[in-house]
Amino acid sequence: MTRFNAFSLLKNALSGNKNWTEQWPDSQPKDEYDVIIVGAGGHGLGAAYYLATQHGITNIAVIDKGWLGGGNTGRNTTIIRSNYLYDESARLFDHAVDLWQDLSQELNYNVMYSNRGVLMLAHNVHDVQSFKRHVHSNRLNGVDNRWLTTEECKEYCPPLNISPNARYPVMGGALQQRAGTARHDAVAWGYARGAAARGVDIIQNCPVTAIRRNADGSVAGVETGKGFIKAKKVAVSAAGHTSVVMETAGVRLPLESYPLQALVSEPVKPIFPCVVMSNAVHAYISQSDKGELVIGSGTDQYTSYSQRGGLPLIEHTVAAITEVFPIFNRMRMLRKWAGIVDVTPDRSAIISKTPVSGLYVNCGWGTGGFKATPGAAHTFAWTIAKDEPHPINAPFTIDRFRTGRLIDEAAAAAVAH
Amino acid sequence: MLLIHCPYCNETLPEAEFTYAGQAHIVRAEDPSSQSDDQWEEFLFIRANVKGPHYERWRHFHGCGRYFNAVRDTVSDKFLTTYEAGAPRPDLASLTEGQK
Ligand SMILES: Cc1cc2nc3c(=O)[nH]c(=O)nc-3n(C[C@H](O)[C@H](O)[C@H](O)COP(=O)(O)OP(=O)(O)OC[C@H]3O[C@@H](n4cnc5c(N)ncnc54)[C@H](O)[C@@H]3O)c2cc1C
Ligand SMILES: [Zn+2]
Repeated sequence: MTRFNAFSLLKNALSGNKNWTEQWPDSQPKDEYDVIIVGAGGHGLGAAYYLATQHGITNIAVIDKGWLGGGNTGRNTTIIRSNYLYDESARLFDHAVDLWQDLSQELNYNVMYSNRGVLMLAHNVHDVQSFKRHVHSNRLNGVDNRWLTTEECKEYCPPLNISPNARYPVMGGALQQRAGTARHDAVAWGYARGAAARGVDIIQNCPVTAIRRNADGSVAGVETGKGFIKAKKVAVSAAGHTSVVMETAGVRLPLESYPLQALVSEPVKPIFPCVVMSNAVHAYISQSDKGELVIGSGTDQYTSYSQRGGLPLIEHTVAAITEVFPIFNRMRMLRKWAGIVDVTPDRSAIISKTPVSGLYVNCGWGTGGFKATPGAAHTFAWTIAKDEPHPINAPFTIDRFRTGRLIDEAAAAAVAH
Repeated sequence: MLLIHCPYCNETLPEAEFTYAGQAHIVRAEDPSSQSDDQWEEFLFIRANVKGPHYERWRHFHGCGRYFNAVRDTVSDKFLTTYEAGAPRPDLASLTEGQK
């Protein structure tokens, strides 16, 4: 692996950028690994990276049915924030936001983390009360979040329509200044490059068709498009397909998979300085460094694996965006797409051991797991290496749906990313 | 936009008239206090989340207002059939693609 630095950039620029070596090899599977990770999204690749760098485990394969980062990691609207209501969530997401701060330096790869601030708009009295409650709860947990008046919102985000006659009047907002965005692909690529440099095999275009178990019930390995591969431990991080993969090991989960859509506009000059979310109208917007407006919506109402999603939702989202930001009502939209997100009943993730010895699962990130990528990967790696959870992910078990100790962000109205 | 056949109105109408209501044929126990934690977990939270033909409930919200059941392929989003609530689970093999 060539390290990126001023000298290597200059040297390669002078030779027309023709002499860069490949960033990771396209590996073929070996017969056996210490750990097999199913799913080469940011979470799976990140877990491999932390297993290698922090736990000295390098005999690892990360296997994906498609290309790495081609799942939700490469499809999301990249909003990063940690102002969740409950203590458990605040700790997990704030751990991730801590790791985001110097992830580019850690990986020697520019993930373009930009803490431009995330502003959540309140449109009605209930929003105001609920967001203020979040602000207070966050502050008690040491998580950055503060209340802005209507005028302060306008000052922070000038394209905002704050007219009292607006269809969605802005009654204030909660601003997390430390929050922002990052370049999604770069996160997957950075972790892939870092993991591969330490000996991890990244195997693409290779679906895992079944998890095999030994006679004593423990995990034996995985059946794949390239044959059976033996493993001491198997860790599933397959987002929308987690139910399908885990079912083959006899583990049934509290998950439902829904399409979640996003769209981008034609690129324009810098106009939008921050990220704005509106839970009430289910619309999220920011501007990418390329200049496109990046717009996200809520999930479709029905479960699906079609990775398409319906147009009514896009219409609803764009209608809401042009109400809140009338300045954009003549922008042309370039393309829309969907990812399949795995949603839990309490809208909190699962990073957990399973009833099967040697089998681990990281799932249930639903509409909002990109922001958690470094934190999820770090605590998942810990759980796999030590066969016990890190204190931060300890509450995020599968078992909570039996014991009733839910982490009910759903009820806390954190419907969004 | 999905087109959905309401078995009560006997009409095929746009998705916007309907709301999705989750997996079908989940039966609440006759005697709830007899249920163990495992059984409650299964009833409340565990879902089949099938990739393929899925038994599910819909409600004709902006029409007759009634709940009914459907079998929809979650890969193509095509409805294989819809049927009245309370009717037995149709046999998958007998359903041909695109039938109403
Ligand atoms: C449109 C959209 C917008 C979003 N916006 C945001 C946002 O603004 N902020 C935020 O925090 N989150 C957001 N999310 C959620 C976020 O993208 C995900 O929670 C996160 O990226 C999940 O990462 P992952 O690595 O777990 O999953 P993925 O990147 O989906 O990786 C899972 C991988 O598993 C592979 N896989 C599945 N089945 C198999 C199999 N059988 N064999 C081998 N490989 C398999 C898949 O191919 C995939 O590459 C959004 C999601 C979508 C779809
Ligand atoms: Zn009807």
